[in-house]
Amino acid sequence: MDIFLQQLINGLTLGSVYAVVALGYTMVYGIIQLINFAHGEVVMVGAMVALTVIGALAASGSMPPFLILTAGVLCAVPVCMILGYLLERVAYRPLRGAPRLAPLITAIGVSIILQHVALLIFSRNPRSFPQIVANPVFDIGGASISAVQIAIMLISLAMMAALTFVVYRTRLGMAMRATSENPAVAGLMGIDINRVITFTFVLGAALGAMAGVMVGTYYGIAHYKMGALLGMKAFSAAVLGGIGNLGGAMLGGLLLGVVEALGTGYIGDATDLCNVEWLSTALAERCADQGHMILFGSNYQDVFAFVVLIIVLVFRPSGLLGERVGDRA
Amino acid sequence: MTRLLDVAGLTVAYGGIVAIRGVDMHVDQGELVALIGANGAGKTTTLKALAGMLTPASGSIRYDGVEITGEVSHRLVRRGVALVPEGRGVFARLTVHENLAMGAYIRADRDGIAADLDRVYGLFPRLEERRAQTAGTLSGGEQQMLAIGRAMMCRPRLLLLDEPSMGLAPLMVQKIFEVIAAIAAEGVTILLVEQNARLALQAAARGYVMESGVITLTDSSAALLGSEQVRQAYLGE
Repeated sequence: MDIFLQQLINGLTLGSVYAVVALGYTMVYGIIQLINFAHGEVVMVGAMVALTVIGALAASGSMPPFLILTAGVLCAVPVCMILGYLLERVAYRPLRGAPRLAPLITAIGVSIILQHVALLIFSRNPRSFPQIVANPVFDIGGASISAVQIAIMLISLAMMAALTFVVYRTRLGMAMRATSENPAVAGLMGIDINRVITFTFVLGAALGAMAGVMVGTYYGIAHYKMGALLGMKAFSAAVLGGIGNLGGAMLGGLLLGVVEALGTGYIGDATDLCNVEWLSTALAERCADQGHMILFGSNYQDVFAFVVLIIVLVFRPSGLLGERVGDRA
Repeated sequence: MTRLLDVAGLTVAYGGIVAIRGVDMHVDQGELVALIGANGAGKTTTLKALAGMLTPASGSIRYDGVEITGEVSHRLVRRGVALVPEGRGVFARLTVHENLAMGAYIRADRDGIAADLDRVYGLFPRLEERRAQTAGTLSGGEQQMLAIGRAMMCRPRLLLLDEPSMGLAPLMVQKIFEVIAAIAAEGVTILLVEQNARLALQAAARGYVMESGVITLTDSSAALLGSEQVRQAYLGE
């Protein structure tokens, strides 16, 4: 089996999900410079709602699997859109004029509240996603790729393309870009800024819901805390690419997924002390016994995202695609 | 003549600090009126309140016979009030063309928009040459052209101009003021705020002088240009 190709495939799958979630962070930040820490929880709610619907329909039996999956998505997306709308309306809008720290702390608070509401509703046990559709695995060049992986990449790609189209080719997208640059002047053009902000939240939440369904299907599991780490990684991806920048979020997400997968794939071998020549005599006995003495194993998976983030920020504080536009005003 | 804009007792405060107090002024349909004064006198605050960017503490603004006090900017644009803000406020990351399209955001008449686009490009050929460039790459003068052109794209009845000459080379200032005169000649009512008092009073028929948030003097431009007070304080004579 080709480890590199395999981990690249796994990384691109995960990275697509990160990218879709990162878009939610970066869009909101681009418009109102708020880091919506509750976005990860929106993803979690999407996964939970989809799981519940799919589970219930699968138990009842009669529907074809593909329809059940579609029904799950069709429930998760609107629920998350409403959640996104309420978040903005109830938690963030009243703080629009407040110092930036206030909405930031509110975001963290909202994130904790959502987690615990989910805990009350769905219990603290991880729930398994019912495997209702067959997931054939294909072989390409010594590595394997599953139908779910292909679907995740294609759906993510399609959503990213659709979002790019909306933002750069439609009137509403133009209003979003104008609002993100200068809300006061956007208002002078006749744009109702509040509506643009609401739309941004709702759109981000819809993407988050899709990501939730995808990641739930991929890992086959959903948990009330799943949004926290996923959200942090996606946020890191957004910062990595340059927060506020759509292309940056996509690039950052994919990059983070790939780095994480490759890192996980190679770190065991790379830190196996039995491979280090000058240590081989000292460790001979143990190496002969167990065959390896690994310092950092694949359980360090979650570290890579943040290590990469720190390294990039040291050298490029504005992120990979983050730009400084000359404010001539 | 009909009064397009009628302001009475307008007071605006930032927090507890009063920026303008009891401002009375009016602009008739088709007039070009100047509002002059020193830096910090409250001219920009006045325009922002008129354009709905600030909510007045008290006083009334009537536009076209309707009370519009406290109406927000995105609604006022639909009534035909356009502001070219101080410092131009172009969308730096949007292209020149997109900036102009933003100006026509409230309109749906494609043919009319296309015609107005041609008109703006006719007024400012430089903008047409750079239509695909992002506005941030333009020179200060080009950005001012863009800001004025963008405001024209909503077909305003009342155009509020805040310091259009600020930071521009003399030749560019001349060009901008030629365009302002051309726009006025088309029948657009204009309220012009300027630190460059001579330039503003030469363009306008009437003027108001503002000092520390209060209107201290108003008269025809010719009278103001001849007034001892104005000559000493604003014309540097």
